[in-house]
Amino acid sequence: MKHRESWLPLVAIFNVGFLYLPILVLLVFSFNASRLAATWQGFSWHWYSQLAENGALHAAVQNSLLVAVASTAVATVLGIPAAMGLERLARRPRQILGGLFLLPLVIPEVMMGVSLLLLFVMIGMPLGLTTVILGHTTFNLPVVIVLVRAKLRKLDPCLEEAAADLGASPWEIFRLITLPLLRPAILGAVLLAFTVSLDDFIVTFFVAGPGATTLPLKVYSMIKSGVSPEINALSALMVLLSMGLVSISLLLQRR
Amino acid sequence: MRVYGAIVLSLVLCSIAIGFGCQRGSQPGNGTLHYFTWSDYVSPELITEFERQHGVKVVIDTFSSNEELLAKLQSGATGYDVTVPSDFMVSIMIAQGLLAELDMKAVPNSALLEEHLQRLAFDPEHRYAMPYLWGTVGIGYDSAAVTPPPDSWAVLWDPRYAGKISMLNDQREVFGAVFRSMGKSMNVTDPAIIEEAKQKLIAQKPLVKTYASEHYDQLLASGDVILAHGWGGPVARAMRERPSIRYVVPKEGGTIWADCLVVLRSSKKKELAMQFINFLIDTRVAAQTSERLLFAASNREAGRLVNNQVRENPAVYPPADLIPRLEWMTDVGKAMRIYDRAWTELKIH
Amino acid sequence: MTRLAGSTGSLEDMGHPVSSHRTTYWLLTPGILWSVAFLFIPLIVVGVISFATRGTYGGVIWQFNLENYRDLWHVVYTRIFGQSLVLAFLTTVICLVMGFPLAYYIARLSPRWQAVWLMLIMIPFWTNFLVRTYAWMFILRTEGLLNTLLLGLGVITTPLDLLYTDKAVLIGLVYGYLPFMVLPLYATLERLDPALVEAAKDLYANQWSVFRRVIVPLAKPGIIAGCLLVFIPSLGAFITPDLLGGARNMMVGNLIQHEYLVARDWPLGSAISLILLIVVIAAVIAYFFVESTRSRREVEP
Repeated sequence: MKHRESWLPLVAIFNVGFLYLPILVLLVFSFNASRLAATWQGFSWHWYSQLAENGALHAAVQNSLLVAVASTAVATVLGIPAAMGLERLARRPRQILGGLFLLPLVIPEVMMGVSLLLLFVMIGMPLGLTTVILGHTTFNLPVVIVLVRAKLRKLDPCLEEAAADLGASPWEIFRLITLPLLRPAILGAVLLAFTVSLDDFIVTFFVAGPGATTLPLKVYSMIKSGVSPEINALSALMVLLSMGLVSISLLLQRR
Repeated sequence: MRVYGAIVLSLVLCSIAIGFGCQRGSQPGNGTLHYFTWSDYVSPELITEFERQHGVKVVIDTFSSNEELLAKLQSGATGYDVTVPSDFMVSIMIAQGLLAELDMKAVPNSALLEEHLQRLAFDPEHRYAMPYLWGTVGIGYDSAAVTPPPDSWAVLWDPRYAGKISMLNDQREVFGAVFRSMGKSMNVTDPAIIEEAKQKLIAQKPLVKTYASEHYDQLLASGDVILAHGWGGPVARAMRERPSIRYVVPKEGGTIWADCLVVLRSSKKKELAMQFINFLIDTRVAAQTSERLLFAASNREAGRLVNNQVRENPAVYPPADLIPRLEWMTDVGKAMRIYDRAWTELKIH
Repeated sequence: MTRLAGSTGSLEDMGHPVSSHRTTYWLLTPGILWSVAFLFIPLIVVGVISFATRGTYGGVIWQFNLENYRDLWHVVYTRIFGQSLVLAFLTTVICLVMGFPLAYYIARLSPRWQAVWLMLIMIPFWTNFLVRTYAWMFILRTEGLLNTLLLGLGVITTPLDLLYTDKAVLIGLVYGYLPFMVLPLYATLERLDPALVEAAKDLYANQWSVFRRVIVPLAKPGIIAGCLLVFIPSLGAFITPDLLGGARNMMVGNLIQHEYLVARDWPLGSAISLILLIVVIAAVIAYFFVESTRSRREVEP
């Protein structure tokens, strides 16, 4: 590269710095001994220990985990066949149906939350953990489909054909050839869907009922009550967890 | 590859284990009580005490305005047992058939209610609602920054304090403040007056930093605002952090409010719910709640148990001579629609 | 490799028996049923309710008319739509200006470094948005990090009033959606042949001309995709204006929430949602239309 473009790396670093700055700030100040001030008052684990004692928080974490596991599981079970089915279609139907499956990723989350709320009200389903799980599954489905499809497209069909020539049934082909090849993509999708579910706020906000407070909902009500290093500490933990899960997922997809 | 698979598998198993294992561990005996309350009404030690006494689990969800409470209940969140609407919302909930009747025998502490809380207009015989915490709505201000000390609602329109004013995020209270400054009652139903009030609020909006019902105590304490429209309790909290903070109920009058414990008709644990209500208004428990949350307790004996600093703080316990000047909020019936629309317009402006 | 993708025809064309059609249907049915039940039917419900009327205290009365849509013409509501459009537009422009150099830089790196940088950009994006927005509250408030820093350095004498303004909302939106701009831009720029840029420079074009006449036209598909991917979500943003705008700067997303969970006017809220949905879908369809006409003109690799 010519020396004239030496400002490019600087801009790039600035941008990435901009992306990571708030996360770093959260992390650093979660150890600040002072409650309100944005000046450093000394290192302290105090806020983390407060988190450990917060019972309502534990309940929220449990709810989040439950919802994440359930919605990811259902989305995976629905999504893998859907991805496979999509890849078998002709170009036109594949484009249209594929687009429709991707709809949750496109429409604003507020709309998803609101429409689900109205649905549950109209059919008289009481709001609670179940409705949250249903909502999460709905937006996890496209995540699974996209990731599995990406891998499916890279698979060599010769392997499947060879197996068919050797007399394997379609189920055997799926079980012994396709599934193992898809495994990294499926694992990546599971991790990503899990993370997305853990982090979801808007859809959950609309459809949560009694006792269905998830971690993001709890964080939201904490934030509404004002800035506090306890929130910093909680945020830092959540961000680190998400970053870990997503890194593994991205690495898996490189295979 | 195997490593990643193992990680994912163990993650899933751990989650399931934590999710189910913990839940079962904390659900002994008779089950769970769902308590839906204001976000600053939660007192963990007292809840734990009740849980241990009755061998149950209390699950708490929170809201920050009466309208939000009603919206959630109307949206089908039917699993709640006990909730805490404000006075006027009680009459709306009664009219909508949302409440279960209280069995007075299950709530003996009701005999100890304060004088002025005993014959409330919206529920004179306490068939549905048991007053829990009460107080006033006024203005919290930093006496070091606001001179002379304000005595009128009009101070919230003073351009000297532009950008340093916060109003409650509560439509009835905000409109109440305007009506008072116009010399009227806060329970207006005349659309013309509501429209006039709305225009005044829109004129005020450039001076307002934010509409907050929950963290204006922090805003006061940190100096983000120097005039805060608010309930007494959070202002009292702010006083602790910044001693120059004072509280005043302006001369035109203010709201007296009482949040009441009610049992929802859809509750499946009505008996337990009433025991919980009785527990919350018990003298000792109420006194502790009052000291911790800085709101006045409805139990008159509790008022005497509370320590002096809290008892004499006008933001928490309004002085007796103030009470005749205060006004209860009442349901405005069909006019509520006009309020809803006007409030939305104000927010969008 | 392309046969499985079916781009040259369906399985039937390749001589597979018709029973595989049935398999395809069985594979697709669960997913389709779910999407219909929890995606399409709810949206239809929203559409239907948008024509109904509100009860006195909330709830729905099944009297159908166009009242709600007529009410929305009121200047109050059009103002919010306008403000949201402006904010979304500004967000898109700023993301473009910030993101383009970044994407260009990454596109010129070696593949290994490209992967690293892309991961770096994607990772924060997948973390909790609520928490990252809260971080900005912490930074921008009167006693927050930014003000403390600037005051301490003597750059300003009174704290900047940033939190609860539309500037804060803008910062939050740009922060949240920058990766959405960078990725499509990168995808297009990566395919840019550096020889073209070299050739332009050899013809004595200055940096600005090279940029304007060579790079930008070739990057256009990426620019359009990136702009759409930023504009659409910003339009429907909820968390950012809620936390950083402080109940003063409402966008369409907050208005919808307000109508449902505060004003309890479901029909009106549904009407607003429907309009938002139509705008979004129109934008997406326009994009696909432009994309397919463009790719039809290009020679397929």
